[in-house]
Amino acid sequence: MIRSALLIAKKDLYSELKTKQVLATMIIFAGLVILVFSFAFDPANNTTKAVIPGVIWVIIVFSGILGLNRSFISEQRNDTMQGLMIAPMDASSIFLGKFLANFSMMLVVELVSLPFLFLLFDFQMYGGFGYLILVLMIGSFGFISIGTFLAALAANSKSSEMLLPLLLFPVTSPILIGAVQATKIILTNIEKLSSAMAWIQLISAYDVIFFVLCFILIENVLEV
Amino acid sequence: MIEISKLIKKADNKLILRGIDLKIGKGETVAILGPNGAGKSTLLKVLATLIKPTSGLVKINGLELRNNQMKIKKLQGYLPHSSLLYEHYSPLENLVFFGNLYGIKNAEEKAVELVKEVGLSFFLNEPVKNFSRGMIQRIAIARAIIHEPPLLLLDEPHTGLDQGAISILNNVILSMKAKGTTTLMVTHDFKQAADICDRIVIIKNGKVADDFRMEEKALDTVSEKYQLQVEGVS
Repeated sequence: MIRSALLIAKKDLYSELKTKQVLATMIIFAGLVILVFSFAFDPANNTTKAVIPGVIWVIIVFSGILGLNRSFISEQRNDTMQGLMIAPMDASSIFLGKFLANFSMMLVVELVSLPFLFLLFDFQMYGGFGYLILVLMIGSFGFISIGTFLAALAANSKSSEMLLPLLLFPVTSPILIGAVQATKIILTNIEKLSSAMAWIQLISAYDVIFFVLCFILIENVLEV
Repeated sequence: MIEISKLIKKADNKLILRGIDLKIGKGETVAILGPNGAGKSTLLKVLATLIKPTSGLVKINGLELRNNQMKIKKLQGYLPHSSLLYEHYSPLENLVFFGNLYGIKNAEEKAVELVKEVGLSFFLNEPVKNFSRGMIQRIAIARAIIHEPPLLLLDEPHTGLDQGAISILNNVILSMKAKGTTTLMVTHDFKQAADICDRIVIIKNGKVADDFRMEEKALDTVSEKYQLQVEGVS
């Protein structure tokens, strides 16, 4: 199962390397968000720092949706999804492969855009860098795993690009609330780390439950 | 090789397959003929494990379809209407990817060999999106047979091909037959069915209407029997 999933993830990432469609769009979007927010809020003003956690998750959520939307729609051309379905592997391998590819692309976007955000907002971090990475990882993990599952579900609909955000936001809202709150505490008030840890625990539990659920239910979603 | 008993498939309260009974022996090349909407492609999709039957029993190589999907998938090569190929990938990249998914050893060597066999060696590293319909179909058949399956399921493989491509496709099917591969081919092309198949099954309204062996490459017999069953002309 892992081998097939890695093959699919490698195929998707190599595909992206060739076409440069999704990742480029995601990075451009993230750059635009940062630029617009930097015009709107004065980096010299201390209250601006309170906006940064929100901006981080706006970037992750909206650029993530751009990638998720393409994830399964790209398999509709020439019915390549059927090619994956008839191969000797479980549907969960397809989910895992797609998840790995989406998650990797999300991490690349975060790696490129967040230093740019901190630079433009002249934001100094005093400790808690490890915790920030942890929140970003588990928050993105939950968002992308649920998003990958719902992208598979929405791909069969004619208006999938509209349907995916409608399905995704209600289901991932606990992750997003937790992630924004935890990021806010880590970036602006590290003394209250225990509160951030409570949010992190909530996100982790949610991640595990929904990842397992998606893993089990994907077979019913992918049936032709 | 294939045993189908009382196979029923219902979709949106509409019966598509209404109790198909069919036995196909190992090494047989069988053409499935029938009018549009008769259920031919649905039958192939059920065999390819793409859709689940509503009821009935399907056994492939003695394995029950419902409980042995993974083993059955390894036995099959499926070629539907679409090519199932990634457009921005070259034939080599497509075949190596699918070869690796099927767990074959030396996937690259095998891919190069197959591309040569279908006469497209010169285009080995060109993206598939630049190919004509005939060239795509040749790579698609190479994809379907990369793991040397003992069962080939072909859905209208000759549609839109020029004479050269038809001849290459038929040679591939016949060379697979020589190796003992069982082939099930849905087609509207009576000539190709008469040329390469040794048995014809006519499906009408989701049921087997006729099932006969081809003694010689008698195109007239196929046409007559088809007209009798489907159009009611004797």
